[in-house]
Amino acid sequence: MWSRLKQLYHKLGSPKWFYEISLKWSPWFLYSGIALLATGVVWGLAFAPADYLQGNSFRIIYIHVPSALLSQSAYMLMAVAGLVGLVWKMKMSFVVGKVVAPIGASMAILALLTGAIWGKPTWGTWWVWDARLTSMLILLFLYMGVMAIYNAIEDDELANKAAAVLAIVGSINIPVIKYSVEWWNTLHQPATITLTEKPSMATEMFIPLVLTIIGFYCLFTVWVFARTRNEILWRERRTNWVKKVLHLIDTNKAVTKKDAQ
Amino acid sequence: MFFDSFSSFIHMNGHGFYVWVCYGIAAVIVMTNFISPVLKRKKIIKDIERQVRREQK
Amino acid sequence: MNASLMALLKRDLLIAFRNRGELLNPLMFFLMVSSLFPLAVTPDPKFLGQIAAGVIWVGALLATLLSLDLLFKSDYDDGSLEQMLLMPSATMGMVLVKVLVHWLVSGLPLALMAPLLGIMLGLPEGGFIPLVLTLLLGTPILSLLGAIGAGLTVGLKKGGMLMPLLILPLYIPVLIFAASAVQSGVDGNSYMGHLAFLGAYLALTFVVAPVAGAAALRISIAR
Repeated sequence: MWSRLKQLYHKLGSPKWFYEISLKWSPWFLYSGIALLATGVVWGLAFAPADYLQGNSFRIIYIHVPSALLSQSAYMLMAVAGLVGLVWKMKMSFVVGKVVAPIGASMAILALLTGAIWGKPTWGTWWVWDARLTSMLILLFLYMGVMAIYNAIEDDELANKAAAVLAIVGSINIPVIKYSVEWWNTLHQPATITLTEKPSMATEMFIPLVLTIIGFYCLFTVWVFARTRNEILWRERRTNWVKKVLHLIDTNKAVTKKDAQ
Repeated sequence: MFFDSFSSFIHMNGHGFYVWVCYGIAAVIVMTNFISPVLKRKKIIKDIERQVRREQK
Repeated sequence: MNASLMALLKRDLLIAFRNRGELLNPLMFFLMVSSLFPLAVTPDPKFLGQIAAGVIWVGALLATLLSLDLLFKSDYDDGSLEQMLLMPSATMGMVLVKVLVHWLVSGLPLALMAPLLGIMLGLPEGGFIPLVLTLLLGTPILSLLGAIGAGLTVGLKKGGMLMPLLILPLYIPVLIFAASAVQSGVDGNSYMGHLAFLGAYLALTFVVAPVAGAAALRISIAR
């Protein structure tokens, strides 16, 4: 059992293995993601009943909640990947961390925009400094910092380590930030209905939400796999297996010892 | 179907603008997340091929 | 505009484009600094709306100051700045080209991003147009004046905090007239007079800054 774990650990660190496995799994995640998302969206838009208080604008929830959840999970994934890379020195872990950042940031932006637009019919203004939106904004700042550090440092190894440290520090601070923002919000008497609070939702409204959440997570996996494969291709461009994959060397020639690696 | 007609589906009791803009933005961001790695991959392959050609000289 | 200046313009734009990620830094700073105020004071839209224009302008100012440090720095570090001073065209032209590139990649985006911040800070409706107009007129002034400060401090090891101290006093008239223009707009009055002042100040700096900047660079290089 221990040797199986060791095998898995070594496999995970291998770019070639990750490339091949992710190619195999991507279609499953892609088709499930699209199916779940499409079903959830159609159900939520056309079939779910309108909310008693908010009317039809509540349908934005089917985009807002999945993207908000995803942006938060993605940050934790990035931090954990950074930790694994630093402690276990697994290069693949750094690659995953680097790749997750822009995707997570795009989800944070989506959550912020949909949150703001949802606020207009609900509260009358395009932006409210409520606790959740403000926390999401700060999360976006954290993401932008990690992406800025990757951009600024030329040396790959140094960039990986610096970004990993930043991501880990950020993740530790997230609870502190959330608490402070929530406390700040109570000082200023916010509106009594929080935008994204889910008072017991009717099942017909809740199930499509679950579908879109899982759908988004599946698509997230597809996106991470695709970007990671790109990074692998570039970093391993000098190896034979990459050259074979890109049809740069003839795979039909007689196999020499070197080619067989 | 919650709505009586297609036009009331679009109109969403006055909230149509907000709902459809949100879904539109979501569509753009989702499509970008799909297309961006595809474009990047093409660029990477071109760059690798260029490097291989240069080294073969 | 002669050939060597055009070449310099193209080169600097290409370098800026290649480092696209870095162009976002002033914008992110702008967003973050502006967000600090509701967190530090109050998110109450009525109060926030009153200080929105000022907060946004101060944020733009600080973001510009941060990005000015790099105006001449990388060229100084690899020696190409000295070469540029030997170009056949007058050094003033070179300074103008650098200021133009700087404004295109920092001032202009800041001006375009301002309405978004206006929404977040509850800027009243009448304030949006004067806000963008004052930023479009004012950020070139900031870049021009900043070139003088950057020229004086390029190559100084401890230059970092010094340059803002040098140019902030020069920025104050811009801030005053821009903020009152926006306030005028919010109150529903005309802000043409304020814009005219900014335009005049822009014309003045357009003439003075390249001369002063060139002189500053010669002094710094000779050191």
